[in-house]
Formats: sequence, C-alpha cells, structure tokens
Amino acid sequence: MLNRYPLWKYLLVLVIVLGGAFYAAPNLYAPDPALQVTGESSATLVDDRLVEKATQALGEAGIEYFGETLDPDGRNALIRLREQDQQLRAQAVVSRAVGDAYIVALNLAETTPDWLTDLGGQPMKLGLDLSGGVHFKLEVDIDAAIDRRMEYYLNTTKRMLREDRIRGFIALDGARTVQGRFRSEADREAARKLIADEFPELLLDRVDTEDEWVIRASMTDASVDEIVDYSVSQNLTTLRNRVNELGVSEPLVQRQGKNRIVVELPGIQDTAEAKRILGKVANLEFRLVANADAPPSERQRFEYRSPDRAGVTENLERDVIITGERVSNAQASFDQNGQPNVQISLDSEGGTLMSRATRNNIKRRMGVLFIERKFRTRYEKDENGEEVVVKIPYDEKKLLTAPVIQSALGAQFQITGLDSPMEASELALMLRAGALAAPISFVEERTVGPSLGADNIRLGIKSVQYGLGLVVLFMVLYYRVFGVAAVIALSANLVLLVAFMSIIGATLTLPGIAGIVLTVGMAVDANVLIFSRIREELNNGLSPQMAIHSGFERAVATILDANITTLIVAVILYAVGTGPVKGFAVTLSVGIVTSMFTAIMGTRALVNLFYGGRRVQKLAIGRDITAGESA
Amino acid sequence: MRVINFMGRRYLAAIFSALLILTAIGSLATRQLSWGLDFTGGTLVEVHYAESADLTGIRSTLESGGYAGAIVVSFGTDRDVLIRLPAGYSDAQGAQMLELLRNNGEDEVELRRIEFVGPQVGDELREQGGLAMLLALGLVMLYIAFRFQFKFAVGAVVALVHDVLVTLGFFSIIGMEFDLTVLAALLAVIGYSLNDTIVVSDRIRENFRKLRRADPLEVVNISLTETLGRTLVTSLTTLLVLVALAVFGGEMIHGFAIALIVGVAIGTYSSIYVASNVLLSLGVSKDDLIIPVKEGADQDSLVP
Repeated sequence: MLNRYPLWKYLLVLVIVLGGAFYAAPNLYAPDPALQVTGESSATLVDDRLVEKATQALGEAGIEYFGETLDPDGRNALIRLREQDQQLRAQAVVSRAVGDAYIVALNLAETTPDWLTDLGGQPMKLGLDLSGGVHFKLEVDIDAAIDRRMEYYLNTTKRMLREDRIRGFIALDGARTVQGRFRSEADREAARKLIADEFPELLLDRVDTEDEWVIRASMTDASVDEIVDYSVSQNLTTLRNRVNELGVSEPLVQRQGKNRIVVELPGIQDTAEAKRILGKVANLEFRLVANADAPPSERQRFEYRSPDRAGVTENLERDVIITGERVSNAQASFDQNGQPNVQISLDSEGGTLMSRATRNNIKRRMGVLFIERKFRTRYEKDENGEEVVVKIPYDEKKLLTAPVIQSALGAQFQITGLDSPMEASELALMLRAGALAAPISFVEERTVGPSLGADNIRLGIKSVQYGLGLVVLFMVLYYRVFGVAAVIALSANLVLLVAFMSIIGATLTLPGIAGIVLTVGMAVDANVLIFSRIREELNNGLSPQMAIHSGFERAVATILDANITTLIVAVILYAVGTGPVKGFAVTLSVGIVTSMFTAIMGTRALVNLFYGGRRVQKLAIGRDITAGESA
Repeated sequence: MRVINFMGRRYLAAIFSALLILTAIGSLATRQLSWGLDFTGGTLVEVHYAESADLTGIRSTLESGGYAGAIVVSFGTDRDVLIRLPAGYSDAQGAQMLELLRNNGEDEVELRRIEFVGPQVGDELREQGGLAMLLALGLVMLYIAFRFQFKFAVGAVVALVHDVLVTLGFFSIIGMEFDLTVLAALLAVIGYSLNDTIVVSDRIRENFRKLRRADPLEVVNISLTETLGRTLVTSLTTLLVLVALAVFGGEMIHGFAIALIVGVAIGTYSSIYVASNVLLSLGVSKDDLIIPVKEGADQDSLVP
C-alpha cells in the first residue's frame, strides 16, 4: 500500500483549484462608486460635451472623480468617484447640471481587469441587503382582471343579441358566469349559437325551468389561467418600462408564483419616488389627424415618439375618440400577404365609439398618442433660504403612429403598413402598456440603507474570518499534519465555493454569508470522519499506510450518505424559501458539493504527497479525545 | 478502547427528552412564538441617530403624528432605533414616518432599513414554512428507509422532530423573534442533526454485521463510543463558527446564529441519546440488516 495518486489525479486537483482561484479572483477587486448618465428616452444620446458638463459640476462641488467613459453608441456615460459617501451628493449635483433630459443613476462600476473578464470572470452579485436598495413585491389583482373580462362578455353578448333582435334577460351570475334567460327555446338556441361563435372559450350549459329557457356561459379554468397569465405579463412589461425610467443600473423585475411580481432596485433610497413611478399610469389616446383647413383652435401638434422619426410632427384634432382603458388587447401578427400588422381589440363601449367616429371618416388618418407622466425638476429656495428640489408633474404626449382608416372600424381592427415585424411588436407592446390589465398593489417592501448594506458586508467578512481562524487553529492543534491538510482543503473549498457562485451568477446575501460560515464549520466534518477512521485503524494495529488507505475508503460511504441528506434539506429550502432564505440555501448546497471534492480528493492528494510512496513509522494525526482512556 | 455504556442510561435520557419536549410544547401552547414581521405582516423602520437616541422623544413624536401602537426600542446600540408598526398600516407609512422623524429630530436621522409586509404574505410564509419542514422530514425519512432500514428512518425522524421542537421551545421561552432567517436556521438544524444521526446509524449498521455475537444494546454502545470523537469534534468546529457568527455577524443574523447554536447542541445530544434509543425500543436486531443478495458494490466494501 503506497498511497500514491497517479499524476493525472494530482493535476486534476491542481487544475480545478487553480481554475477556482481564477474565477474567484474578480471578487477581490472592489467596485468603484460611480454615476451612470443615460438619456431619458432612447432618442437622447450622451456625448462628450455632456460628460464635460457633468465633470465640471463635480469639480465645482469639490467631489473627486476619475475614469469617465462614454459608451461607443452614446447610450450612457460612466463617471467613477473616489468616495462612496459622496455618491448621493454627486448624483444631485450632476442631475442638476445635465437637466431633466438625462437620468443620473447610482452605480457600482466593476474594476475587474480585462484579462479576467475576457475569460468570463465576473464578481458575485450582491443582494439588496448588502448593496442597499429597495425590494418590492407587487400583487396583481386577478379578481379585478376577471371582473373586467366578464364585463366585456356581458356587454358584447347584450349588444349581439340586440343587433340580432333576440329578446332575453342577460346578467352576471356569480363571478365567472354570464346567464341568459329566454322566453322560448328558439331564442335560447339562437343566443347559444351567437355566444358559441363569438366566444369559443366559454363553457355553455343549458338549464330548463317551467317557463324559462336558460343558458349559462362560464369561464373555464384554462381561460381563467390565461387571463391571469396575460394580466401578469402585461404588468411585467409595463413595470419594466417604468423601472428603466428610474435610472437604476441593474434592476430586476421578475414574476413570482401565480400573481406576484418582484421588483428589486439596487441603490434606490427614495421609496416614495420609486413607488410613484411604478404606480404611474401611462395611457393612450386615439384621435383623428386634423384636416389641413382645420382652425388652429381645433388642432394640436405632436411629435413622433420613435427616434427614427425625431422632429416629424402631425396635427391632430382636439377631440379624443377613445383612451387606452378601452384597449383590451393588442398583438403583433401578419396579414394574409405576410405583411406585419397589429391586431387591436377594444371593449364593447370602445368598439361603439370607434365605429361611430370612423364611419364617416374613411380615408382620413387616425393618430395614436402615447401619454406618459413625467416630472420636471426645479430648484427653489424655501423660507429658510435652503435649496429644495421641487418635482412638477406633467403629461408628455407623443405620437406612436398615424395610419389611414381603410373602413369603418369596430371593436376589432388592425393597423397595417408597418415596416417590419419588429415595429409591429413594439407598437403592440406600447398599445398594451397603455392600460394596466389589472390593478396592482404593494404587498411587501424592504428598503436597506447604504450604510446598513456596507455594515452587513463588513460584519459578514469579519465572521467568516474569525470562524475560519478558530477552525484552522483547532484542526491544526488537534490533527497536526493531517489538520494542516484539512485546513488547506478547507481554504480550497472556500475558493471553489466563491468561484462557483460567481460562475453561475448567484447573488450573495447576508444569509448567504451565514451559509458560507456554516459551511466552514461543517465542511471539516468529512475530514474529521476520515481522520477518526484512520486513528481507529491505527489502533486496530494496521500499518500507517494501510490505515490511511482504509480510513479514506471506509469513510467515503458515510460522508456521501450524510451529505446527500443535508443536500435534500438544502434543496427544499431553496424550493420553498424566498429572497434571503434562497441565498442561504444556495451557498449551503454549493458548499456541500465543493466540500465533498476538497475534503475527499483534495485532502487525499495532500496526504499522499506528505506520506505516500515511502516507509512511515508514525502518523502525525494527534490523539483522540476518547483515546486517552484506552485499555 | 473502553466502551462507554451510553444506553445504560437510556431510560433516564428518555425521561429527560420527554421533559424537554413537554416544556417546549407547553411554552409553545401558552406563550406561542414571538413571530417576526415576516410572518405577522406590518411595518418596521430602523434608523440611526448621530448621537444617542431619545426613545421617549421619538415615542411622543410618533404618538402625536398619529402612529398609535408603534413600538420603539433600541437595536444593538443606543444610537440605533427600531420602530414597529402593527399590521393594518399601509405600505406608504414607513417612508412617511421617516419624514416625520426627520422633521422633528434635532439630530440627523439616517435610514437603515424599512420593511413592509402585507398580511397575506405573512400567512403564506407561515404556511410555506410549515410545509417545508414537513416535506424535509418526509423526504429524509424516505431516503434513510431506502438506504438503511425503516427502523433507522423512524429513529432519525424522531430525533429531528425532537431537535426542532426543543429549538422552537427555546425561542418561545426566551421570547426571541422568530423570523425568516430563524426558519432557515431551523431547516439547517434538520440537516445538521441528520448528518450526525446518519454517521452514528452507519456505524451501528456496520457493527451489527461485524460483531455477530453482540446483543443490540452492546452494538449500539460500541458504535456510539467509536463515533463519539467525531461527533464531538464536528459539533465543536460548527459551534466555533456559529459563535463567531453570533458575536460578529450583527443584529440581522443574530437570531439565525442563536437558533443554530441551540439546534447543534441539542442535535449532538439527540444523535447519541434519541435516535439510538428509538432504534433499540423498536427492537432493532441484526436480522433487520441482513444483506440482500443484490446489494450494491459500495456496501460490500463495508463488510470485512
């Protein structure tokens, strides 16, 4: 028994650990506090003059900056700052200097050298509890969305029956059923056919009583799910658009569960402002394009929203045909000739208004306005002579498109003549974003101030250091040479853990750090198991080399069983946990996996290097706590 | 090696465990847990004052500002203040309250954190937490029954329930806040205690096969003695890092560290005295562990 690894095994261990060190390395480079300047709309570009204006303002305010860079496509500029605590003041100074046309966001600029990023190296992302920022959880009111849809079914059915002169009594029956009561079976059957043709998704039921023929049209579970999905994804889209306005460097907008949306905004402190923007109503107006001879009092000039048509304007009539609330759906599609178009559905009232307005205006054009609530910043002096920031809201209206009306429009119509499928899907998105499909409310909110975030990082690192220090001390004192091997393996485990987290792009949270600390304590367990076995085998009279061999061999099965069960628990924790708990579960599971590698293969390689391939009289493995009483 | 007669005191241990569990259940029934914001819903604001904060002043400011029922306590240091509003206040209150404090406070008030949790979220979390715990116990039981034998699974799960109940009871008696991180710690306790129990069970299985003439009580005693060194060392290293976490980790992680310290301590005890005790009570014998003909190769290596 020589306890030698073949060369390739040593190399494998070495390569994995070195690779781990490489991918863990980006975390050593602390990011610089920075400001990110972006144009308020995609048409507004950032140039050198603007950056100069910003840096000049910073210089006047006595804030140190360096390394300002400009994106080649002019989308955004980055100005790095020397001091973290000057970041907020710098933001105020620069926003004032560049004006409302630009958004100034707090950012943490990576300082990872290029040779690391070129090979995919990136630091771990920090959770909000470490970086500071706001976490919102919003709930989409599904019942309201369903109510709205039922209202639509009810009104459309009433209108269809009226148009076909079928007499009956139509009303809602419960939350998900429309009920129609008729005097004759013939009427009922005619109504049934109309409803079945118009709304194939509804479940139709006939109920007969003595003098009444009843039809019940109910929503199936599948179509309820569809409405829920639709309203949540529509809200997601809307929220994403709005979050971009907040000027956050790395926002997260994510669906969670059936009807929840999580919004995370790192670096934001002003929750009131964030909520105002998230809850803001964007809207649409459909108006006719004014005739050339219309008097100025009846028309209004609007610019196009798209940057491709910047500066082009149209005159629209002042009368509004319908607003965005009437739009129940808008989808990009293709017509029979394969040309891209957008299919728009209005609710029944919208359909009536639209048909009334377009009936006599065929061949004229209709403009669609996109309205956003924006804020103008003014700096005023209050009664104490201190400068205060005043935000004045105003509506910005811009033209999305102005197609020609080809025929009288109803509740369903389409916009054609679009240049590309991309333009179609963008337009559909804007049309849908106009109105929220269902109201949303805030069900959870967590704000972490920047000082608490920084404290959490400091305390976390401190506890890892002290925890590791204590374990190292104990292991070396108790297990001597074998302890040294275990400690080296433990350090390699930490490096691999950090590397793995960085590669998969996991987010580090405070409970995540706690998971790392716990891993440090528990990862040595595998080594403790192996070393106890080796001591036992020595006591049983095996030679040192034999004891090493059989100690490792026999402990492995136990280690596997113990770790797999812990892994089961960690995975459950990840599956049901939210936010911070998930972070803990991630580090715990990754730690278990990496520790099995380092504790079994890594320690074995080291022990083989120390003792393998030669005659050994005695192993420096310390004495067992209980061995002192041996008979 | 002298075999320690652990199981000689198994009835004493059983009485001790029963007392622990009864105390825990009694406290949980009468005092309940002091549920944290995550579970009750409500609003919490942590602020930092430049100088030592005047709690009475803050209380009266809030009182006159219309925040009835606000609980104001210092948090960690006398300059950090934690304010809790009961559920029922809307999600906008946290930020407004901060405004109020800023306008009234003579010192500079720095925001540390605001948390708002709606009541529906709290209820869900509690439900999910309980479900997670049951799921963890169930799956673990299945795994052990599959890898070892049903009696071992029962022993392990009884030990886990024991540990979780005692830790919960500790939180109830001390009145420490039970929040999401403590729940995570509790699940980690399940993982840890399991780890311990499995190492012992593994040795018991091995010894049943090796020491054919010994009676079950002896086998368990020998196995416990053989694994005692490892059990103590691992618990010690884990406790070392947990103490580091409790001392240096800061207030937000304190409950987590305490829950794990209690859990690890009780888990060490239970892997020695509870799991094996149950195993003996179920009448485990070497007949339970006869190796079937189609046993995996990894098993064979355990039999000399």
